[in-house]
Amino acid sequence: MLGNITLMEYLKAGRPVAAHRPWPRFQLDDRGWRDLTGQLAQSDWSLLGLWADGSEVHAAFRDEETAEIAVASLATQDRRFPSLSAARPSAQRLERTIQDLFGLLADGLADSRPWLDHGRWPCRTPMAFTRGEASAGPVAYPFLPVEGQSLHQIPVGPVHAGIIEPGHFRFTCAGETVVRLEERLGYTHKGVEALMAGRTLPEAARLAARVSGDSTVAYSIAFARAAEAAAGTEAPPRAQWMRALMAELERVANHLLDIGAICNDAAFPFMLARCTVLREQVLAANRTYLGHRLMMDRVIPGGVTVDVTREATAVYRGVVKDLRKRVTRLADLYDDLPTLQDRTVGTGVVSASLAHRFGVGGVGGGAASRGGDARKVPGYAPYDDLEFDVPVHPEGDVNARLWVRIEEIHASLGLIEQILDRIPGGPLARPIPTRAGEGMALVEGFRGDILMWLRLSEVGRVVRCHPRDPSWFQWPLLEAAIEGNIVADFPLCNKSFNCSYSGVDL
Amino acid sequence: MSLARLLLRELIKGPRTLPAPPPGGGGAEVGAGLAGTGRARLGRSLRIREVDAGSCNGCELEIHAATGPVYDLGRFGIEFVASPRHADILLVTGPVSRNMAQALKRTYDAMPHPKWVVALGDCAIDGGCFAGGDAVLGGVRALLPVDLTIPGCPPPPEALLSGLLTLLDLVSGGPAAPLLPMDGEEPE
Ligand code: SF4
Repeated sequence: MLGNITLMEYLKAGRPVAAHRPWPRFQLDDRGWRDLTGQLAQSDWSLLGLWADGSEVHAAFRDEETAEIAVASLATQDRRFPSLSAARPSAQRLERTIQDLFGLLADGLADSRPWLDHGRWPCRTPMAFTRGEASAGPVAYPFLPVEGQSLHQIPVGPVHAGIIEPGHFRFTCAGETVVRLEERLGYTHKGVEALMAGRTLPEAARLAARVSGDSTVAYSIAFARAAEAAAGTEAPPRAQWMRALMAELERVANHLLDIGAICNDAAFPFMLARCTVLREQVLAANRTYLGHRLMMDRVIPGGVTVDVTREATAVYRGVVKDLRKRVTRLADLYDDLPTLQDRTVGTGVVSASLAHRFGVGGVGGGAASRGGDARKVPGYAPYDDLEFDVPVHPEGDVNARLWVRIEEIHASLGLIEQILDRIPGGPLARPIPTRAGEGMALVEGFRGDILMWLRLSEVGRVVRCHPRDPSWFQWPLLEAAIEGNIVADFPLCNKSFNCSYSGVDL
Repeated sequence: MSLARLLLRELIKGPRTLPAPPPGGGGAEVGAGLAGTGRARLGRSLRIREVDAGSCNGCELEIHAATGPVYDLGRFGIEFVASPRHADILLVTGPVSRNMAQALKRTYDAMPHPKWVVALGDCAIDGGCFAGGDAVLGGVRALLPVDLTIPGCPPPPEALLSGLLTLLDLVSGGPAAPLLPMDGEEPE
């Protein structure tokens, strides 16, 4: 049964679960899950997500050859499940999270230190049926040992020097050179998933919009699409186009800030100042015409709450035209400054094979030959009707990640124009029928693909919702990228990924 | 376009900074403790240490916007600093996750007196939509005395600006006098 078997062929041996949309879900037995680890070692199936649900675990995969997507599930016996992390290193932190939140143990997980649980919660395993007693005190976190001559450690965080999210970085250095970086996150854990359980759709949608505030539109779309899939409905066409409009505006605004911030960390603050001004053009228009600078809560399950007027269309067209000109100018400027490129070219390299092993998409993947984009594969409305390119660069360094952003801005500007030209008429929302079901969505945020999975009860409440941020698979790449670089280049590398802390801490 | 030409254009164009919002706008509320704090002579300058205590990062985006050229917090003598030992104000976002509580308290303790705490955003005020969760304290007040609250999710940059100007007035005893003219042109 090994060999060139497709994901769907493999999972069909399990029991299909009814009412899981739009992709199928299969219940595997213990043996089926165990064999899965073997099968993963020789199949090109990307891990899209891994999460727990009561005493079950679910893993979502995409077969890179056939583009099939499916979810495998296992009802754990004695609260244990075979770890997938040997075959998919990206599973490691997800499994540690499952252990911390649900108390389900991953057998064979090489690194079973706690991840989100810092020993500061009022109880352990807060999402398990029976919660654990509170820890005796904060966990003393053993960092991985590093051996070698004249090495020293630099601990950084959780409170960083700038205005950024909290997390701890432990550098082990030989002189100026970083030998190893270890990340310790979890500081912003708010218990989002626990808070979502039992909520109505509008309540849970507000939480989904705040998993990672910079990607609020993308998260809201992912949540809405998952909810609509679970209830077996779809948002009306105009709403889907409005969502895409807002998603692209969000992408442009975020990439602008990132480009500025990367250059700022390479000691070129002029770019940050310019990019901030350009970004403000988008945000100011958003406030005037969409009612919120970041467009929070404008996307709701069933549709959207805002529409573009004729005036708004004209303004956004103007903004697009202006940005296209100015972003090109700034890109030329960047291209013209060898002193700046001296910092970015060849810095923080991620190899294509590593990007592949972690199944990373978005900017981190696109800059390392891996051009996955959820808008194309699996694709969702209205992108199948729109034309755009997904930039791919092979070098995997800071420079490549910067160029991917610049090119994505241009692609998004093109998309915004197409949307404004061709947005269909009709209603902006449609009520969600109250029925039980399970839904999943993959939506491309500015960092990469966001996975959202949820189960609705018969009365239309959220039983379980799991959002998986693209940063889960990008954070580990940062650890690899910084190796062999100097400490002073860390901010630059870090910014070039700009992973979300809140998105993974949940 | 060369850097020199770009810079020249910027110089000719003049600042893109928006006029200052009036102090007290944006719904900022001053805590009871503040009136009595002997007005420190800060020379009209405030140094802020920001701590994200579990925010969704939306509030951080707007703080960044406030420090940028359009809102330009720096023109009022307000700057962000890296070390809490250099800070007058602790600006906190997020519902105070339990995992960040100790780091937040330590940052506060490291600040010299006199010091003020600003809770920025609905989360920092009362936990916002994360209130009631086991993993959060549900607002900065649960841990530290709060002198000023700035509501919003996230509060737009000018709400942060006017909130901080209010505080600046209170602690230095006089209306804020911006260094740049108030009638900066609108960004195109
Ligand atoms: S107030 Fe809103 S924007 Fe700010 S951290 Fe909380 S949820 Fe995010």
